[in-house]
Amino acid sequence: MDDLDGVVAEALDVFAAAGDPASLEQGKARYLGKAGRLTEALKSLGKLDPAERREAGARINAAKERIEGALAARRDALLEAEFEARLRGEAVDVTLPGRMRARGSVHPVIRTWRRVEDIFRSIGFAVADGPEIETDWYNFTALNQPENHPARSMHDTFYVEGGLLLRTHTSPMQVRYARTHEPPIKVIAPGRTYRVDSDATHSPMFHQVEGLWIDENISFADLKGVYTDFLRRFFETDQLDVRFRPSFFPFTEPSAEIDMAFSSGPLKGRWLEISGSGQVHPQVIRNFGLDPERHVGFAFGSGLERLTMLRYGVGDLRLFFEGDVRFLEQFA
Amino acid sequence: MQFSERWLRSIVDPNLSTAELSHLLTMSGLEVEACDPVAPDFAGVVVARVLDYEKHPNADRLKVCRVDAGGEILKIVCGAPNVVEGMKVPLARVGASVPGADGAVVEIRRATMRGVDSEGMLCSARELGLSDDHGGLLVLPDEAMVGADVRDALALDDHIFTVKLTPNRADCLSVLGIAREVAALTGAALVPPPTSPVASTTDATHPVRIASPAGCGRFTGRVIRNVNANAATPEWMRERLERAGQRCISILVDVTNYVMLELGRPLHVYDADKLRGPVVVRFGHEGESVALLNGQTVPLADDVVAITDDSGPIGLAGIMGGESTKADLDTRHCFLEAAFFFPDAIAGRARRYNFGSDASHRFERGVDFDNNLAGIERATRLIVDICGGEPGPVTDVIAELPARPPVRMRVARAQKIIGVPIPADEMAGIFSRLGLPAERVGSGPDQAFVVTPPSYRFDLVIEEDLIEEVARVHGFERIPAEPPRAPAAMYALPEALRSLHEIRDRMADLGYHETINFSFVDAAWEADLAGSSDPIRVLNPIASQMSVMRTTLLGGLLSVIRYNANRKLPRVRVFEVGRVFLRDATAQDGPLGVAGLTQPMRVAGAAWGPVVDEQWGVPARPVDFHDAKGDLESLLDPLSATFEAAVHPALHPGRSARVIIDGRPAGWIGELHPRWQQSFGIPSPVVVFELDAEPLQARGLPALQEVSKLPGLRRDVAVLADEHIPAGAMLERLREGLPPIVENVEVFDVYRGKGVENGKRSLAFRMLMQDTRRTLTDADADEVVATALSLLEQSFGAKLRT
Repeated sequence: MDDLDGVVAEALDVFAAAGDPASLEQGKARYLGKAGRLTEALKSLGKLDPAERREAGARINAAKERIEGALAARRDALLEAEFEARLRGEAVDVTLPGRMRARGSVHPVIRTWRRVEDIFRSIGFAVADGPEIETDWYNFTALNQPENHPARSMHDTFYVEGGLLLRTHTSPMQVRYARTHEPPIKVIAPGRTYRVDSDATHSPMFHQVEGLWIDENISFADLKGVYTDFLRRFFETDQLDVRFRPSFFPFTEPSAEIDMAFSSGPLKGRWLEISGSGQVHPQVIRNFGLDPERHVGFAFGSGLERLTMLRYGVGDLRLFFEGDVRFLEQFA
Repeated sequence: MQFSERWLRSIVDPNLSTAELSHLLTMSGLEVEACDPVAPDFAGVVVARVLDYEKHPNADRLKVCRVDAGGEILKIVCGAPNVVEGMKVPLARVGASVPGADGAVVEIRRATMRGVDSEGMLCSARELGLSDDHGGLLVLPDEAMVGADVRDALALDDHIFTVKLTPNRADCLSVLGIAREVAALTGAALVPPPTSPVASTTDATHPVRIASPAGCGRFTGRVIRNVNANAATPEWMRERLERAGQRCISILVDVTNYVMLELGRPLHVYDADKLRGPVVVRFGHEGESVALLNGQTVPLADDVVAITDDSGPIGLAGIMGGESTKADLDTRHCFLEAAFFFPDAIAGRARRYNFGSDASHRFERGVDFDNNLAGIERATRLIVDICGGEPGPVTDVIAELPARPPVRMRVARAQKIIGVPIPADEMAGIFSRLGLPAERVGSGPDQAFVVTPPSYRFDLVIEEDLIEEVARVHGFERIPAEPPRAPAAMYALPEALRSLHEIRDRMADLGYHETINFSFVDAAWEADLAGSSDPIRVLNPIASQMSVMRTTLLGGLLSVIRYNANRKLPRVRVFEVGRVFLRDATAQDGPLGVAGLTQPMRVAGAAWGPVVDEQWGVPARPVDFHDAKGDLESLLDPLSATFEAAVHPALHPGRSARVIIDGRPAGWIGELHPRWQQSFGIPSPVVVFELDAEPLQARGLPALQEVSKLPGLRRDVAVLADEHIPAGAMLERLREGLPPIVENVEVFDVYRGKGVENGKRSLAFRMLMQDTRRTLTDADADEVVATALSLLEQSFGAKLRT
């Protein structure tokens, strides 16, 4: 057996050529099996004298180790290839859509409502809500609008049975909240409001947010500061002009209409009415149960639909109340 | 209030452009809603006189006119039907530019029309953009000067201002009032219209008596005899009236309207020959009625002021005159009325009759009680100048005039309210410019002004009224916008209550879209969906299908599903968070309550269409009761509810349940009754739920349970039971009866059909066992299983399924 190297080389070739575990095992039998070439060679050692035998035995064992090593390596390689082939077969079409459970959405006006709450909460305002069917006293009289006051015609009121009405603004909450809390009073009251008005730009039901800050020294300048800051936070831009324009509300004096204009974007330069506001009228402060000589402050009321339309570019008020899912899902 | 800029500038002419004037008014509280030019831009159009014309030689419809364009005779081809010799018309000369379609500008060139040269174009009103009238050439007034620019002849370089006045500024309901404001704001000189007395030329008067001084404070009257009521309204007056939005009627009425618009002084003109005896002003009596100028006959009441004579009521004081005594084209002798009626006696009355008038608008806000004479004199002058006639002496009856008590304004108070240390000197200047007589009293921190309000200001009664004037004229724009300094008190929400916003988020996560639906609904919805035959009614609904207040949110959600189904959406999940309105005789007025009703907040959802959107690899299946129940349970988590089969008018009687939270009914869940599904026109079943928000919000704080480090055991057991036995009852029995090591019991499989006898079903329960102190053994588990089987057998006759 002088040609052990040749046998090893031959075995390696055979193993390498084996394309699957079965032919590899056949190849193994040819060299390491009972009648394999190395097995035969080991058997023939007995015919040699002891000195030769040791030396030949060592050579044969070395050859056997090499063949066994090659065999194990080839086995692993074949298994690996088989495993990879299986994984290849398990491939999916990653471009098919993922399985979905549809997400819903929060209504855009409520989204605005919530952001307004968050912004005012961040400087310590409480949030309150109250009845939508109101008494005449809270909706009008307490707010300094006695019956027959011409200002009442600014509100086309829905009346319900029992001498009650649907609140025409969130302002009754000023009175309800202030009568049950001690100054400093810092509250916003978002909610539904109602007026007899229905066309492309008016809905008979809409949303307002009322704001009220009463303390010993809250001035008109503070109102300007707070509301201007609010608008800039709400629209997340300082590219915004805010102006306060003298106006009239029976429950504030001085009263201001607040207009804003973007200084960039598609609405650039257009003044948009955004809120009514003013210093709370002394008679209303008295109706709060407070002394106007000691307690002063501001109130404002803004339309949530208006803020929402400007924020998200909604052009048609009616979209808010139709419930078209194709509209709503854009606010997911 | 609408008026022309030229009219205003005839009284005050500040050195401001139209746009600057508009801004000034808006920023002083007189909001300019619109400021529109009376005519579009055009140039080179002159007044021309048609000298004569002849038929066009080659065209039947055309004429060849010879016109005098002011010293130059031109030949113009024209197709208008109304050409007459001697008429004055607008001529767009060669080189003129006139408005074209869509804002374009057209230049007039020399043209040859069917072989005849034309040196310009004669124009209709539409061709100059003045109106839509294209029936013929615009006929210019005779007094227009030939050759003059038409813009000058018609005073077209003018703007119409529309000012939205707040109810407190009745003093600005006239051109003079606005002018007064402009003069105060700019310092420009005020040139009021002439109101000097017109001497009487007859001693004719008409007797007047004020019988109800609480309604009428002053009545000023004057007879003018022998007027020509047919005189034409002069062009200048017609132009101002029309630009103020006032239609011309007849000269006597036009004069009264003119004086009202100019001075803010409403007048009424009677035909003196139609008056029967003295004019008496008194409150009306029940049962009386009066026929008005607008054709309506309205009943009087004892709080409505009437003008009467011997024949009875002849007008609604301060609102509208009567038909029986009106001045018309046949009137020879007229009687002018300039009265003062108290705002409280007029306010709301016109609205009660469902109409309003320029007069009532002014009287209910407050009319100057000191300009009656000025108004009468101004009207007399105009009537005598235009219609001729002989004025009699003025009758001026004063019963009672509004008091104008002085108002005190403390300088320090004004500074505190405004938040700016405006100096007292500046305040003094502001009062002076506003024409408010102000006396300065006190000194140092006690400095104050005592202001006596003029007769035309009804809005200066308390200190704040003056503070507002100071702030307004100082300029809101000059008040700094600085964030206030305040104690930095923290404001936290209670953790154990979840907000409605968190509930909304949960619903959105479950796939539902939030909708907002009207609180007033169709009465039929209430009857069908809530069995409510007596919901709270809206007394003045805008439509019959919005006539009652809802007691359930379901109607709105179902109509939204229909809306989307009609638009071919295959699957809709929607919800709403909002109030319902319930009668409750026990409810009292309170800090947040109104007597006789409650207005609880509800949360409702509706699910229609497949369980998941149609997609590959997921079998399609329509939503059913238990899908929605699962959504509801996820919404409630960590709260849990029990569900009791019960009947509800909106719901399928076999597929509806009352939801009970913490032992109290909190709402409903169920499949919409097939009858309502059909009446709503929804093509397949809808599952809905509606809960009171309050129990849902009380989520509590997490209450920690010890988590065992030892392995637990699980045993499943299936039993056969009568199919009508509710799974919930069996679960409840197990939860009560099994030993505490059983942490949880659930139903994980339900089976009917092959291998299970008819009328029975198989329910498989899974029991999870856990002990925090020791490892459980199979023997423990076997004992639990045995207990479970015996509980189910004893209570429900259920047998182990083998």
